[in-house]
Amino acid sequence: MSEKKLRMAKNAKLMIDILPDKCDFCGCCVGVCPDDAIELKEAEIYIIDERCTNCAKCVWSCPIEVIKFNKDGVYEK
Amino acid sequence: MKKNYDVIVVGAGPAGSMAARYAAVQGVSVLMLEKDRDVGYPVRCGEAISKAGVEEFIAPDEKFIASHVWNFSMTSPDGTEVTIPLEQEGYVLERRIFDYELAKSAANEGAEILTRAYVYDLILEDNRVAGVKYEYRGEKHEAYAKVVIAADGVESRVGRWAGLKTHIHFSDMECCVQYTVSNLKVDPNTVYFYFGSHVAPHGYFWVFSKGATTANIGLGISGTVGKKRSALSFLQEFMEKHHPEASVLTQIAGGVPCSITLEKISAPGIMLAGDAARQVNPLSGGGIASGMIGGSIAGRIAGESVKMNKPDHILSYDKAWADRLGKRHETFDRIKNGIYNFSDEKFNSIAHSFAKVSPDKRTLGNLFRTALFNNPSLLIDVAKVFLK
Repeated sequence: MSEKKLRMAKNAKLMIDILPDKCDFCGCCVGVCPDDAIELKEAEIYIIDERCTNCAKCVWSCPIEVIKFNKDGVYEK
Repeated sequence: MKKNYDVIVVGAGPAGSMAARYAAVQGVSVLMLEKDRDVGYPVRCGEAISKAGVEEFIAPDEKFIASHVWNFSMTSPDGTEVTIPLEQEGYVLERRIFDYELAKSAANEGAEILTRAYVYDLILEDNRVAGVKYEYRGEKHEAYAKVVIAADGVESRVGRWAGLKTHIHFSDMECCVQYTVSNLKVDPNTVYFYFGSHVAPHGYFWVFSKGATTANIGLGISGTVGKKRSALSFLQEFMEKHHPEASVLTQIAGGVPCSITLEKISAPGIMLAGDAARQVNPLSGGGIASGMIGGSIAGRIAGESVKMNKPDHILSYDKAWADRLGKRHETFDRIKNGIYNFSDEKFNSIAHSFAKVSPDKRTLGNLFRTALFNNPSLLIDVAKVFLK
């Protein structure tokens, strides 16, 4: 799915999941998120649903494959 | 808990600690907040730095030096290796000890430090940053300051809350993963770099030894590559191929913002430093030394601003940083963009040409000149940053 199509899904259902058990809390995804939609504490991470536009930049930037499209989206990695 | 400080620093990495120290040394009150339990841990870094980069801020001490580096080795996609003696000594650090020592140096100047203190918002008053809101061991607190210095790392959220545009384009984000491994043989005085589409497209693969049998082995790839394949999969493949005997002590992920510095790194009541300001050398991805420099400038100017009671003085930070390193980073960024799209064949031909250069003429400057010989404008940039 292209970036543009995903953008059109703005405010649609959240299509991205972070798997906190596998996450290293490194902050890559937070740094690339254009919408400040990821909350990251010492060992806690989650997507702020109402800010996320499903743009997928976090999925692409995760070094260890713990951010994925969920069953409502498309697995790209 | 005290409610009012002159300066609050968010993040206790090298940039934050230097900001805290250079403010505190002027006699102003400083609080440094760190979200993790320990300063210096977890380590998210390859840990290589030049000796000069350390010496500017702390006397080199064997307790935080894992190995002394004298040689740079580059391996091209076809396996051709060229070794270059470094003109200046380098180190591979033990960041968990190094960062701790830096934080101590700030504390020794009077800075207060709180760990497990997570800043979740800013206090804004009259269109300026007036303090921070933070969680400390499950309780919410507020603290006011004349200047907030955000050294909150690659995430750089604090600056966003102040209205600065800190998010980085994902193609400029080097997405990294690293193992610290033992039971392998590497030369303890050489840093190894591997290039090519099979190891680290739009980035590089590194092996930085930490003694004779231990090393940091990792890679960074651009977010554009990460669309198709993760950094971790490259690392696993490399280890199986080259070091199946090695045992992995730790795995760590991390992001390195390899771009020029943000357009604005200060605003009323707030300054950004280190990775948060995108003060990483965009060519090498090295950010310890430049972060300390950025932090120290921010801390110095913040302290001056408090002492002179001139809030707008902090806005002079942008220029002070640009003059010290920011413009130099723009040059490095142009060189990075020049080599960013090199093909495997190009890397091979550079290694083959350079292998013919006599050892006494092998310098990093000459390596980049070989790499960019048909790009005259970038040759000028290479001369600017590598030749004195």
